Amino acid sequence: MQPDKMTENTKWVDCMSRISAERDRASFAAIFDHFGPRVKAFLIKSGSSVSMAEECTQDVMITLWRKAEMFDPSRASVATWIFTIARNRRIDLLRKERRPEPEELTWGPEADPEPEELLGLQQESMQLVAALATLPDKQRDLIQKAYFGDLTHAEIASETGLPLGTIKSRIRLALERLRHNMKRNEI
Amino acid sequence: MTQITHHLDDALLMGYSAGTLPEAFNLVVATHISMCDDCRARLGAFDAVGGAVLEDAGTVTMDMDAAALLDSVGPQKVTPVVSKPSSDIYPQVLMDYLGPDPEQVKWSKLGMGVRQAILKTSNRASVRLLHIPAGCEMPDHGHHGTELTLVLKGAFIDEQDRFARGDIEIATEDDHHKPVADDSGPCICLAATDAPLHFSGLVQRIAQRWARI
Repeated sequence: MQPDKMTENTKWVDCMSRISAERDRASFAAIFDHFGPRVKAFLIKSGSSVSMAEECTQDVMITLWRKAEMFDPSRASVATWIFTIARNRRIDLLRKERRPEPEELTWGPEADPEPEELLGLQQESMQLVAALATLPDKQRDLIQKAYFGDLTHAEIASETGLPLGTIKSRIRLALERLRHNMKRNEI
Repeated sequence: MTQITHHLDDALLMGYSAGTLPEAFNLVVATHISMCDDCRARLGAFDAVGGAVLEDAGTVTMDMDAAALLDSVGPQKVTPVVSKPSSDIYPQVLMDYLGPDPEQVKWSKLGMGVRQAILKTSNRASVRLLHIPAGCEMPDHGHHGTELTLVLKGAFIDEQDRFARGDIEIATEDDHHKPVADDSGPCICLAATDAPLHFSGLVQRIAQRWARI
């Protein structure tokens, strides 16, 4: 576990809260400069033309700016959240299909996730990036193909070889606290 | 939340996360996840894999910079899309597919008391609601491709198991099953398939041509 990487992930989380709370343009620029070129590369690898990838990445970044308060660091890293926005835009633009989504769950204005839960999840996400990099080439290639949209449902080998158990448990815990909080707010 | 015992498998969750499933399957997956926080958490883990793939995808320089992009959109924020609230039977994500009045689903007869309502999605796969009276058998069919059946109300039993609200049955080409709605009341299911169903009886095969399944 590299400590500098750990700081990097929490840095993005801080940027998100400053965008959400203060509409901070410098924080947005930091996220844009890091993730913009990655989203664009990801979309090109997913079969998008260069110009469509540019346009789509701009859309993704505008969505991030406008919906920053929807980001929940107890359930996703910033990279993960951006991935989900980019995936949905790709379905919109390339396949012209609707993407049915389960309703979004949010903490509401007053509550926030526990800091240690948030740190744990961010740490797990970092370890996942490291684990992906150290997988045997063939396995890593299959996962990338699946996420670039090159595999059909029947071709997906769901056994990733990645340690997903802990990250799932952390998200599960965050969901329980979130549900509890939502119920309290209803009363 | 009800006690759910039959969940999505990893391949479906990964396909949903990667965004490669047909819309009809996405609808069944999203409806199950609306009722099941276990699968919501598992999906979160697969989304994290997507995040890791994104971090690892290399970089291509953007034409526009952050400041110019923000200047081009101005300060306004999005107004949230107001979705119809969930009903006791249909989670919110499904309500959007049921037309202006979800309490008035347009059912059509499928024979032997079974009714269906086909929902409009892209044509790579199809999805419909099934309404099966208590104790009634679903037509016997084998499968080509994958069929997902999610229980929204009541329960059905097949040779192996009982499926109640929130439970999902995933059937593949090898399965040849005969589900029956149990005696607790009418059973409403959301069923998606990526291939036409193949019924065994001649009468059912003729009915099939009329019923578009």
